[in-house]
Amino acid sequence: MDVALEVNGAAVRHDIRENTLLVDLLRETLGLTGTHVGCDTSQCGACVVHVDGRAIKSCTVLAVALDGSSVTTIEGLAATAGGDALHPMQTAFHEKHGLQCGFCTPGMIMSAVDLVRQNPAPTEREVRAGLEGNLCRCTGYQNIVAAVIEGARVMRERQGV
Amino acid sequence: MKPFAYHRPTDLAQAAALLASTPDAAIIGGGMSLLPVLKLRLAEHAALVDLGRIDGLRNITAGNAELSIGAGARHAEVAASPEVARTIPALAALAGGIGDPHVRNRGTLGGVLANSDPAADYPAAVLALGASIHTNRRSLLADTFFRGLFTTALEPGEIITRVTFPVPLAAGYAKFRSPASRFAIVGVFVARFAEGVRVAATGAGPCVFRVRHMEEALTGSFTGQAIAGMTVAADGLNGDIHAEPSYRAHLVGVMARRAVAAALAA
Ligand SMILES: Cc1cc2nc3c(=O)[nH]c(=O)nc-3n(C[C@H](O)[C@H](O)[C@H](O)COP(=O)(O)OP(=O)(O)OC[C@H]3O[C@@H](n4cnc5c(N)ncnc54)[C@H](O)[C@@H]3O)c2cc1C
Ligand code: FES
Ligand code: FES
Repeated sequence: MDVALEVNGAAVRHDIRENTLLVDLLRETLGLTGTHVGCDTSQCGACVVHVDGRAIKSCTVLAVALDGSSVTTIEGLAATAGGDALHPMQTAFHEKHGLQCGFCTPGMIMSAVDLVRQNPAPTEREVRAGLEGNLCRCTGYQNIVAAVIEGARVMRERQGV
Repeated sequence: MKPFAYHRPTDLAQAAALLASTPDAAIIGGGMSLLPVLKLRLAEHAALVDLGRIDGLRNITAGNAELSIGAGARHAEVAASPEVARTIPALAALAGGIGDPHVRNRGTLGGVLANSDPAADYPAAVLALGASIHTNRRSLLADTFFRGLFTTALEPGEIITRVTFPVPLAAGYAKFRSPASRFAIVGVFVARFAEGVRVAATGAGPCVFRVRHMEEALTGSFTGQAIAGMTVAADGLNGDIHAEPSYRAHLVGVMARRAVAAALAA
């Protein structure tokens, strides 16, 4: 079945099998391997991307269902903030040491950016609630929460990224 | 996942025709329950009929006496809706506590009700508020809709289109969440109407159920005190690694008192 999407700003059109998950289209067909598969049971959030601006788990959505939508992955995130090498949330994860192995990081960052767009100045409690769908096996979350709060601060300063 | 055909009808008549003409076709809403099951190959379907492009299936409207939510409304939309906040704020809070943000961005009201997961949140609200579940064929009262474990009154191919909720004087919901899945180990919704109080418990049994002795006590006096020390019988309740039946029975009492406190604070 034909599916037309905008992925990281570029028009993409493919004839895919109906049972193709978005994450498989991204990783296997488009080679965008920044989006990870951690659990494949809709729990871990390593696969989170934005569809029409909202964070979703790309392992639990059919690509054909999104025909006409706009998808942003970790590879395209910096461009949404004006094209710097890194989005402010990515810089914050780097500076605040919000990652160890890095497997959960793309999903954490995509979730965090949606969270901050909805709620520009989240409290620590709100950050923890907003990341409930993202699991990390390394960090113990402390530095991830600190990174999101720092990323939110920079996003506020730069308004609307 | 096994291969399947995929259809994206733009109106209900088309959807109904596809479901009628395709053997073993299934409806897909947000896919947050169906896709995990298909991925694990616990089920397979020859075709999926996606309701996502049907006009009007997602909107939320409210009068003074009734709130009406389309079956396709996402949990995040219900949580953020000014109409829901104005009429039944406890329902907005319930929707905002389902799963995680990503589940709430995809999952739909109709999908939860059709699935009738014993630990889902919405069934408690739908039953306690005495809501009506409208389909493309008929209207069903909540009291007759939920039939058992993952079982409802829906017939094959029947599509939930909308749910209408009578607006209560006060309502509250409290859930004891599974920390891993956020599903309800036990959740209790209380709703106070001029005619009396209704109480429904989810997570505790194979299917959502009303707690009549608490309803009577709360109709007499809508206070936590009125149901102090009350529980339900543990017989027939769910038991698993999270909580044994006697613990769930105890939690029904605790969650009911918290739900009353929430309703009084609102
Ligand atoms: C990680 C995770 C955590 C979750 N936590 C919670 C939680 O805390 N509380 C909670 O309540 N739920 C929770 N859920 C379930 C979630 O709310 C689902 O969205 C919901 O159960 C199903 O809705 P859906 O729209 O995704 O339905 P789908 O998965 O698309 O469909 C589910 C079933 O309903 C049928 N169906 C769908 N729409 C209709 C319709 N309009 N008419 C008739 N039949 C229909 C389908 O055929 C299928 O059988 C969680 C899910 C996940 C993955
Ligand atoms: S891979 Fe999607 S939630 Fe874990
Ligand atoms: S940094 Fe290793 S899983 Fe989060």
